[in-house]
Amino acid sequence: MAEKILMKGNEALAEAAIMAGCRHYFGYPITPQTEVAAYMSRRMPKIGGTFLQAESEIAAINMVIGAAAAGKRAMTSSSSPGISLKSEGISYMAGCDLPGLIVNVQRGGPGLGGIQPSQSDYFQATRGGGHGDYHLLVLAPSSVQEMANLVFKGFDLSEKYRIPCMLLADGTMGQMMEPVELPERAAEGAAKPWALTGTEGRRKPNIINSLALEPQELEKWNEERFQRYDTVRENEQMSESYRMEDAEICVVAFGIAARVAQNAIDAVRGRGIKAGMIRPITLWPFPEKALKAAAKQCRAFVSVELNMGQMIEDVKLSIDCSRPVSLCCRTGGMIPSPDEVVAAIERAAEGGK
Amino acid sequence: MAKVTFEKDLCKGCGLCIAACPKGILELSREEINQKGHHPAQITDQEKCIACAFCATMCPDCVITVEK
Amino acid sequence: MIVFEKPRALTDAPLHYCPGCTHGIIHRLVAEAIDSLDIAGRTIGVASVGCSVFAYNYFNCDMVQAAHGRAPAVATGVKRADPGKIVFTYQGDGDLASIGTAETVHAAARGENITIIFVNNAIYGMTGGQMAPTSLPGQVTQTSPYGRDVNTVGYPVRICELLATLDGTGYVERVAVNSVKNVRSAKRAIEKAFRNQVEGKGFSLIEVVSTCPTNWGKTPQDALKWVETDMIPYYPLGVYKDKFAEEAAK
Repeated sequence: MAEKILMKGNEALAEAAIMAGCRHYFGYPITPQTEVAAYMSRRMPKIGGTFLQAESEIAAINMVIGAAAAGKRAMTSSSSPGISLKSEGISYMAGCDLPGLIVNVQRGGPGLGGIQPSQSDYFQATRGGGHGDYHLLVLAPSSVQEMANLVFKGFDLSEKYRIPCMLLADGTMGQMMEPVELPERAAEGAAKPWALTGTEGRRKPNIINSLALEPQELEKWNEERFQRYDTVRENEQMSESYRMEDAEICVVAFGIAARVAQNAIDAVRGRGIKAGMIRPITLWPFPEKALKAAAKQCRAFVSVELNMGQMIEDVKLSIDCSRPVSLCCRTGGMIPSPDEVVAAIERAAEGGK
Repeated sequence: MAKVTFEKDLCKGCGLCIAACPKGILELSREEINQKGHHPAQITDQEKCIACAFCATMCPDCVITVEK
Repeated sequence: MIVFEKPRALTDAPLHYCPGCTHGIIHRLVAEAIDSLDIAGRTIGVASVGCSVFAYNYFNCDMVQAAHGRAPAVATGVKRADPGKIVFTYQGDGDLASIGTAETVHAAARGENITIIFVNNAIYGMTGGQMAPTSLPGQVTQTSPYGRDVNTVGYPVRICELLATLDGTGYVERVAVNSVKNVRSAKRAIEKAFRNQVEGKGFSLIEVVSTCPTNWGKTPQDALKWVETDMIPYYPLGVYKDKFAEEAAK
């Protein structure tokens, strides 16, 4: 068993990527994720990998496209404004059915915003981020350990389904230091007969492309892709339940919000309110099954988020609006306090909003 | 014997080969229309061809093969 | 004995370009270079956005389609993934000198060991003839209907000269395809640009002064003449930097 090391989230993520077999990192400095690039700049040259500080976030995502097209595990990382820059490239990755990992260590927005943590890119991530009908796999770590574990999961799922994966972290996850046990080194990834490895005169050329001017062809591509999304929705929903066995009020929170909410739940339990939490780990596919099951036993839901109310929509949708769902939120870099979440749970328990 | 052959259905009748030919022995067919609706280029006098391949050099569509 | 035939590195797909468009000639020169260096089996091409967007259908090698302007970044990703592959981009003037300027400059600055083929026809063809960063002063285009006015929209960009100032740039040459003589020079330059990559030397870019008969409103032959009378004086042909030759001379 590996030892536990105290690591910063951004660095644990980077080391995990290397252990997962990623040898191509393309990034650009932006707070609060620059440590990922800095760590990669030190590690990659030592293991014969590629570290490139690209000229922009746009260039970086396009470099990921090149390396992924060539069949390699490639990744980039950025924070909110940089992710907006990447949105065209992300759409291209989805349209080309390329695997790859995009890390968003969210900060306050919109615009230049702030450098403190937020979850205000939830819509951007779960609705694809760029133009066109597509989805990304979206994974939300809520500890430094998960920053590492979900990198492995992200690469594996991304290659299995040929869907790009976004690791949606927040500034707290990136900056905090916790003990982490790094996973075992990854085995070889899935075979990639579609990759651009050179014909060697032995096969027809492979073409990685998202252009289809014939609308019937483009529709067919979209429909085939959505069949894969259906398989993902069916098989890959992930969430963690906390004190849900007898819960009457269900808190839904991810990332740093879940850490705060957990404290709040323990506090209200002490006052006799039966609260529990479902913590989505996959934001896409959203853990609808877990929420639908919770709606059978819980009389109210509270969505705790670091934004103006984004995941709350998916909570309502996944339970078909069958129960009241209220919002407890802070934004701009502010983090809800346990007391604020307690108050929100109490209001929900009283039937208020 | 120098010989040029034209893959007629690829020809777009752009005329660059005709302008390039130093012997002036290429022309666009007046009667023939190819699959694309163009008058394809053709050689008027194979005997005068010197296989310089200027025509093929200027052809954007690889219509022309030149043999000697 | 065959003196001239279609290169093997071109597929059988008929080219969709306008009659007399010089893209066809340039595609052939790239394919001839690939054939002559016998590298088709390990070549990966990056298609860009413009009239040549379907380039992935025309070359007999692995191909990837890049977003507008980003081909040098995609090529960088491919080349870093496997430096043993020969990676080229094929880009027009909008792709390379407008939206993609940063990617072009930085791939050169990094000395990426790739080959860039830059087709400069002073206009945006695919979208119907708008002004390009390379359009000449006074040139009438769809978005400069009174002629390019340097007082309001500035001057054209000379890419070879610009890239030659960067230390990372290896080999940049400007050629043209408006005459047999120029096509043959262009062929040699393009082959050299690929050979530099095969020899692991660094960044090569060949700027090919080309025509757009349709959007220039000229016949194909008149378009070739305009290259000689108007474009080449603004974009002089020649080698702007050959770092590899300089280093070999030392």
